[in-house]
Amino acid sequence: MKMAEKSRVRHKFRDQLDLQSMVWPGIIFVLIFSYIPMYGVVMAFQQYDIFGGMMKSPWVGLMNFKMFFEAPEFWNVMRNTIVISLLKLLITFPAPILFALMLNEIGNMAFKRFIQTVSYLPYFLSWVIVSGFVFSLLSVDNGTLNYLLERLDLIVEPVNFLAIPKYFWSILVSVNVWKEIGFGSIVYLAAIAGVDPALYEAASIDGASRFKQIYLITLPSIASIIIIFMILAIGNLLSAGFEDILLLATNPVLRPYSDVIDTYVYRVGILNARFSYATAVGLFKAVISVILLVTANKIARRADVSLW
Amino acid sequence: MRLSLGDKIMQRTIYILLTLMAVIMLYPFWNALVISFNQGSDTALGGVTLWPRVYTFENYYIVFQDHRLLNSFLITVLRTLSGTALSVFFTALLAYGMSKKTLLYRKQYMVFFMVTMFFSGGLIPTYLLIRSLHMLDTFWVLIIPGIISVYNMIVIRTFFAALPDGLEESAKIDGCGNYGIFFKIVIPVSGPVLATIALFTAVGYWNDWFTGAIYITKDNLLPIQTLLRQIMNSNIMTEIGSSNAIALDHMNRNRTVTTKSLTMATMMIATIPIILTYPFLQKYFVKGVLIGSLKE
Repeated sequence: MKMAEKSRVRHKFRDQLDLQSMVWPGIIFVLIFSYIPMYGVVMAFQQYDIFGGMMKSPWVGLMNFKMFFEAPEFWNVMRNTIVISLLKLLITFPAPILFALMLNEIGNMAFKRFIQTVSYLPYFLSWVIVSGFVFSLLSVDNGTLNYLLERLDLIVEPVNFLAIPKYFWSILVSVNVWKEIGFGSIVYLAAIAGVDPALYEAASIDGASRFKQIYLITLPSIASIIIIFMILAIGNLLSAGFEDILLLATNPVLRPYSDVIDTYVYRVGILNARFSYATAVGLFKAVISVILLVTANKIARRADVSLW
Repeated sequence: MRLSLGDKIMQRTIYILLTLMAVIMLYPFWNALVISFNQGSDTALGGVTLWPRVYTFENYYIVFQDHRLLNSFLITVLRTLSGTALSVFFTALLAYGMSKKTLLYRKQYMVFFMVTMFFSGGLIPTYLLIRSLHMLDTFWVLIIPGIISVYNMIVIRTFFAALPDGLEESAKIDGCGNYGIFFKIVIPVSGPVLATIALFTAVGYWNDWFTGAIYITKDNLLPIQTLLRQIMNSNIMTEIGSSNAIALDHMNRNRTVTTKSLTMATMMIATIPIILTYPFLQKYFVKGVLIGSLKE
């Protein structure tokens, strides 16, 4: 019986070889470029031998993880990762929602379309270009911000904003809001457009102000979408940023405030070639991220929202 | 609809806030554009904000003479075009196969692909893989690792699965195989979704600087964004002492340009393709985001 079924499957497989052949290039590709690196993670438990490769590297158990937990940078990196993530969750995350709610109040279609067109633009610029804008605007000599502040007599001397560690978090979060706010609002706008207009009519007959309508009708209607994005954001709590931080914090003075797990992995792994150690740090992050994602999803499930 | 006083105040406030926001959105770009058309030595005096004070083309003139930049531009164009074509083709082919309910092991394949959206080997194992494939310092490393996108595959598959069955039936009767149906029927009716994915992919390729930063050391293969970052970093270096030889050479020959004015011109050149395609980008991206966020 089992044999018969097996040969039937084999037969069916042979019958649809052309269909299978459409899928196999993709499978082989993902096998090479995603699964081999996934397997490569075992390196985190080895002392990587540059000449011997993974096969000849000795096993060291959890040594690399221990090294990370005991590294002088550990607490600093963890603090920056968590603080920057939370700042992004508190500011960069709700900004597009607020923006979508405001846009929805605009009756003038031409104005609305103009604002949308302008606000999506930064999303399409690379982080390199965006960091170039930031360097230019904040530069000590003749940057617009210093020029403006001097004109307003708020400062006496130009300030080198990108060399003062305590300003870094504010700059990073502001730039992220600038880049993401418009594009992030698209999904929320679509959700808002799907709200039944009869609800608003009923509310305004009852004398509810626009503000009250937003609070009582619009927000609850888009709550499930907000929660889904929130789950994803929580799963990414240890991904505080990479490109943005790498490009904006070029000045090493900022490191006590700018160094996060991902930039640390890049620095020790690629620049210092400590492969096993950097892989261990990356794995530590990946494991915690999955745990966070699953937990957040479980909690959200109580509100009948789930990723899967 | 009549508005109460409170509603009116709120609406006015929103108009003002959004106008202010539009200014903040545009200003960094506009200011960079203005500086790129302003004489460098004049910009250095400060106060160039909304309009060029000493209008000039020389920044662009000098930048265009830098063969390194032109080469990077060409590499990036080539990379974006070939990468996008290959990526859309293979991702769509995969998506078509995966959209067929008759596909054996479909569920298992799907799990196989989905796993990669939640786990990845991370930076170092990927780097070592690329190295052992001898792809360091090759043009291929700029396109191949990005060819299959699982996320895009799912988006396209959702679209394919929603196509009416009757569409393929007639072709099947005419004796078309799966490939025939894919090329003659499915691709032609999937214009919008494929265009959306192509634009997503192209912007990704164009804007990517990190691949160039870790896998490429040869100057003649540097993507433009990576080159731009190098130029910018060396500018920051000039502020603390050392300098970029090429830029310095330009500056010595021509006292009116500065590294800042040259950087701005370079940045504008690196942004031209994005600006030129922006009307399409805007139109299709909104669609793409909405297709992508549909829950199955």
